Amino acid sequence: MTRLEDIPEGEREMLKALPLPSFDTTPFVKGNSLSQRRVSILSTAALQKRTDKVFYRGEAGYRVIPGGTDPNDIIMAHGSVNFDRSGFQQDLNVCFPLERLHDLVKEGFIGSVADFHYTVQGGLPPDRNEGAARQIAGLMKREGVDTVLLVPI
Amino acid sequence: MHTEGIKPPRALWVPFELGRPLGLPNDAEFQKRVLRACLGLLDAESGPVLEDYLEDIPAGSSEYDFTGMSCPIGLHPVPSNDSELTNSLVQEMGQIAPWYELAVDQRKRTTVGISELDILDAARFLIDFIEDPSSPSPRPEMEVGPMLKHTCEDLKAFYSEAASAQPGMSSSLAVENWLWNETVLGKVLWNFREEHVDDSDTYIGYLAKRGLIPDRQIQFKGAPVF
Repeated sequence: MTRLEDIPEGEREMLKALPLPSFDTTPFVKGNSLSQRRVSILSTAALQKRTDKVFYRGEAGYRVIPGGTDPNDIIMAHGSVNFDRSGFQQDLNVCFPLERLHDLVKEGFIGSVADFHYTVQGGLPPDRNEGAARQIAGLMKREGVDTVLLVPI
Repeated sequence: MHTEGIKPPRALWVPFELGRPLGLPNDAEFQKRVLRACLGLLDAESGPVLEDYLEDIPAGSSEYDFTGMSCPIGLHPVPSNDSELTNSLVQEMGQIAPWYELAVDQRKRTTVGISELDILDAARFLIDFIEDPSSPSPRPEMEVGPMLKHTCEDLKAFYSEAASAQPGMSSSLAVENWLWNETVLGKVLWNFREEHVDDSDTYIGYLAKRGLIPDRQIQFKGAPVF
């Protein structure tokens, strides 16, 4: 998310014209207290491990980033050139805040960090990501994750 | 705007530029404040909740406040004769390399590598394609178009990582302006765009129109945005 006025005109008009999905309900549930939450990251930055198959243009799949992955093994395959990459190059946490989540565990702010995190390639019509989203949700539930930190790029 | 329409259970709007959702690189306290505000929405009693995060990046680190800054990497001037560009690219990369290695040493990581080519091989493939668009992909399992995209992303990352390791060059726009206006690589990619913007190959045409150069740089130049 950013200020619309900070986005170049062409990209801004394209974003404003995108069709949005509509939902019949607005689900909202309360859960455990923050200090008991288990948090997993879902990034739309098409991050992946070096050894993963590279996201191709328009791909609606997902990749898994195990929590112990060396930051040097994480690269970005997103096709868009209209967002900054220099921040990611300087510090992975600026778009994939795994170390910061561990900091918050040490502070007792949250309970734990999941063993697995997930990435998709944003910029696609949302319904195309539904299959990946459902699979990721299932995997998170199996791991006992009760909080997803969705980090758009 | 989209979040208002989609109405997820909880969302924190942040004022940071695209690509930096946590705001500032290398500032753990800043990043943790953003995260605490975001995760704190889980305590809401009812929703949907859409809250604004009001702390902007500190004055002086604004993306648009880099008057007087210039990249300290001293490069030879970009040749005005296009026929010299391809040779100059490899020479320029030799000048960039020590700064790139310094950046990798400081950060203990690099984001270069999506093409799986050595960086000089990546440059050679780009040069080969410019000189002869029928040049084969250096990785037979990957078609030329995607191979070029990954190659160019690696080259841009190589330059950007080197430049952003310099004092005063953490701003995305400073790095971007340098790459697209002051380097041979930038000139080569501008030429690529001009040459292939109407290409009948849809992937190469996409690269030229939207897949290599940021829209804002195209607008700065007054060139048509597709």
